[in-house]
Formats: sequence, structure tokens, C-alpha cells
Amino acid sequence: MSLIHYLVLAGILFVISLAGIFINRRNVLILLMSIELMLLAVNINFIAFSSYLNDIQGQVFVFFILTVAAAEAAIGLAILVVIFRQRRSLEVDKLNELKG
Amino acid sequence: MFGWSELTPVLPELIILATACIVLILGLFTTHEKGGLLVLTSIAGVVFAAIATAKSHMGTQELVKQVLFNGNFVRDYMGDVLKVAVYFIMLFVFIYSKQYLRNKNIFKGEFFALMLFGLLGIMIMISGYNYITLYLGLELLALSSYALVAYDRDNAQSNESAMKYFILGAIASGMLLYGMSMIYGATGSLQIDQISAAIGQSQDTMLVVFGLVFVLVGVAFKLGAAPFHMWVPDVYQGAPTATTLFISSAPKIAAFAFAVRILGQSLDGVFAQWQHIIAVIALLSIIIGNLFALQQTNIKRLFAYSTISHIGFMLLGFLGGEEGYSASMFYIITYALMSVAGFGMIIVLSCKGFEAENISDFKGLNQRNGWFAFMMLLIVASMAGFPPLVGFFSKLYVLKAVVDQGFYVLASIAVIFAVIGSFYYLKLIKVMYFDESESDQEITAGFDVKSILSFNALLQLALLLFIPSILGYCIKAIESL
Repeated sequence: MSLIHYLVLAGILFVISLAGIFINRRNVLILLMSIELMLLAVNINFIAFSSYLNDIQGQVFVFFILTVAAAEAAIGLAILVVIFRQRRSLEVDKLNELKG
Repeated sequence: MFGWSELTPVLPELIILATACIVLILGLFTTHEKGGLLVLTSIAGVVFAAIATAKSHMGTQELVKQVLFNGNFVRDYMGDVLKVAVYFIMLFVFIYSKQYLRNKNIFKGEFFALMLFGLLGIMIMISGYNYITLYLGLELLALSSYALVAYDRDNAQSNESAMKYFILGAIASGMLLYGMSMIYGATGSLQIDQISAAIGQSQDTMLVVFGLVFVLVGVAFKLGAAPFHMWVPDVYQGAPTATTLFISSAPKIAAFAFAVRILGQSLDGVFAQWQHIIAVIALLSIIIGNLFALQQTNIKRLFAYSTISHIGFMLLGFLGGEEGYSASMFYIITYALMSVAGFGMIIVLSCKGFEAENISDFKGLNQRNGWFAFMMLLIVASMAGFPPLVGFFSKLYVLKAVVDQGFYVLASIAVIFAVIGSFYYLKLIKVMYFDESESDQEITAGFDVKSILSFNALLQLALLLFIPSILGYCIKAIESL
């Protein structure tokens, strides 16, 4: 397995997560899942480069990204709960009060 | 390696962190009606941090650039100037938001704790010297802002805008990180100066430029520049005004510092590649911001589009070399002062159960209260860039720097759209002075808030005396990078 293989895998995951965000019109939860996937794709990139360059910094960055992703998921889910309590639905299309 | 002596230069950050924790705990013991103590503690923390920051500039010795914590953090002149500007703005933010939260009966300690954590994130973004530190500062600010936007949790608009902000913000962080990983792969380092050195030595910059594009998306999003501006109007309108006040001012200064550290300091080797992208982003922001603002009826939304156009102006300065950076720095500091005054005005005119968020709420303000109509006139005219207010000079310096570099077309388009943009500012002034008032609502805000707001608005005029010295600080800051 060369560096390129890992980069391509990360690239594919990144594109899948972007597609998940832009194509999905149903559920807000799927958006949160796509965001997690996006950060994990970046992590693969960092680890691949870190191992290729024989440099530890990239792996340290991955630890930080993982913790931030956890905090981000917590805030995202909190907002999600508040929205659900108020609207009784998580449909993306219903989030359309603000526009112009 | 790490030594205790390294803690002295980060004293301001430590003070803000301690204040945030204290306010968080104090908030548990404070009832809704009281809470002056929380505001006082927050203000005291910011004042102490300001003293700690300014102390190293007292006397005759010059501040030498210090890189601390194994190259993760830098204390330099630019950082200190921007931090002092941020402290100054935060004082206004605290005082206005106290008034607003009391009106809406949602006064809680968390609000101020979150703002202080956001402030800490801003300070780390200003002083980060490594992509890891910069990213962590960015996320600390972003996560606090998401929570602040959703703060008014029984309000459907507040939640909706928080969700939009969160999703788009997370995409932007993902893009930014993807770009950072590519730059890391190309240069083998995450530290600003090492990346710059590695780019200078390498022949092939393909991978760096690939990463650069993603990083630019992230930076443009955080600044709220077009075409990544979709979140700005929705968040400004949906968020509680006290939060809008905050996200429209201090974080813009942080985003400026972030852009300077990443684009100006670490990716300066590929300036030829990013200057075109920045030029397009800046022009699009100026055009979209000014055109969409014309049709707004909600004043928070109008200010949001005006922010987009101001950010476009600020980004133009990035094309103007060293002179341009200092002009941008001056622009963003004065813009933050204007913006905080604009939203402060909305808060002062609101009262229990009523929010002055439509342009029609400003009808005939002159009959109701001549003094505040005049203050609003100063703020709006400064945003539009009428001389002799400070907004005119900040635009002037940016345009001068851009023209000096030979970008005549860019500068002319920017000026044309600034003129188009002055239409909606003038409309606001017309509504205040020449329309009949629909209500005879008294201004119920307390004396402290009123006087602070007057001070803030008069600054648009009074800063005129200090322009040479502030601009001098900005030039010195950029030269010492």
C-alpha cells in the first residue's frame, strides 16, 4: 500500500461526506454523520502523510481533531434536540424560516 | 523545552481562561434579575488582560517577537495590537448584551462564560504559530459561537440559524483541515515559519496550491466572504441580538489575524497563486453584499449584507503588499467598532417584548429622540464611508494600497459598488429623519448603556484625531511580522 492509496481513500471519503451533506434533503442527523465522516477522512490523510514523512506532528494533530470532533458532535446534537423539541421533526427542508 | 518562564507572555490568555471559569461558577449562584456581578467580573477580567498585554509595551523597551511552547504560540506586536482592539470591543459587547438579556429575561451566567471562552479562542487564533494551535483557537471560538447563537432556545429562529451555522461551520472546518493536511504533506511541517521556508525551497508547489484552495475556502467562510457568505444573513437575523453583536465584531478581527498568519506568513511563497482567488472573493463580496442589502427590510439582515461587503473591502487590502495589510488591519479594527455600535443601537431602541429589528421601527426616530437619531446617523454614515467619519479613511487607505499596486480595475469596481451601497445607508437616514413616527415608544435603556453607546458612536468622529497613531500601530505591527 503506497501513500497514494491512502490519499485516494481519504479523497473518496471526503467526497462521499460532501455529497452526503449537499444531496441529503431528509434528515439533519445524516448531516451530522457526514460531518464526522469528513473529519475522519482528513485524519486518514494526516496519518498517511505522517507515516510517509516519518514525522510525528501529523499524528498529534489527529488526536486534537478527534477530541474537537467529539465536542462538535456534542454541540450539534444539543442543537438538534432543541430543534426536535420545538418542531417535532428533523427534516432539512423544514428549516426555512429565515431567508431573503 | 517547556519552562515556567514561558507562562509570563501568555498571562492575558490565562487571565481570560480563569475569568471564564469564575463566571461559569458565579453564574450558578446568580438569579435572573441580578447579574451585575457577572458583567463586572467579565469586564474586570478583560481589563486585567488588557493591562497584562499592554504592560510589555510600557517604558522604553521594545517587544521582541517571542515564539513559545515549541513553536506553537507567538507573542508579537501585531498580536498585541489586535488583542487590545478585541478587549476594547468586548467591553462594549458585555455592556450592551446585559441590557438585551435583561429585556428578554434570558440573563444567565453561561452567556458570559461562553463569550469569554470565545474571547480566549479569538486570542489563540491571533497568536497561533502552528496549524494545530490556529485550528484549536478557531474551534474554541466556533463552538462557543454555535452555543451562543442557539442561546435563546425557545425561539425557533434562533435554533434554526444555530443549526445552519453549525452545519456550514463544520463543513468549512473540514475543508480547512483537508487543505492543511495537503500543505502538511507537501512541506512536512505544521509550523508557520517552517512551512514558509519549505515552500521557498521546493520547486514543485502543486500539492501546496491544491491545499491552498481548500484552506482559502475555510478562511473565506470564517470571514463571511462571498461565495461562502450564505450563513451570515441567516445567523445575524436569527441569533439573539446580543450574540449578533459579538459575532459581527471581535471574531472578524480574529479571522483577519488567522488569514494573515496562514496566507501572509505561511503561504507567502505562493502569493502569485492566491492573489487572484482573493481578488475574486473580495470583488464578489463587495458586489453581492451591496446588491442584496438593497432589498432588505430587516435591519439585522441589512447589516449582515453590509458586513459581507466590508469584508470584501478588507480582503482587497491583502493584494496591496505590506501597506495593504496594515490598511486591512486598520479597516477591520474600525469596522468592528462600527458594527458593535450599530447592533448596540438596535439593543438600546428595543425594550421589553419589542425588538427594533425592522427598518420601519426606525421611522421618525428624530422626533422621538433627536440625540439617538444623530448617533445612528454617525454610525450609518461611517459604515457608508462618508467623510469626515472614520469609515471613509479606512476605505481610503485600502483603496490607496490597492491602486499603488496597479489594480485600477479592482479599485474602480469597489468604489462603484460602495456608491451603490450608500443607497441603503441613506435610506436608513431618510427613514429616521423624514418619515412620520409610527409609535411613540420611549427609550427605556439604562443610563449606563445609553452613555456607552453615545461614546461608541461619537468614536466614529473622535477617532479622526487618532487615525495617524492607530495607523502607525498597524504599520508597525505588519512590519514586525
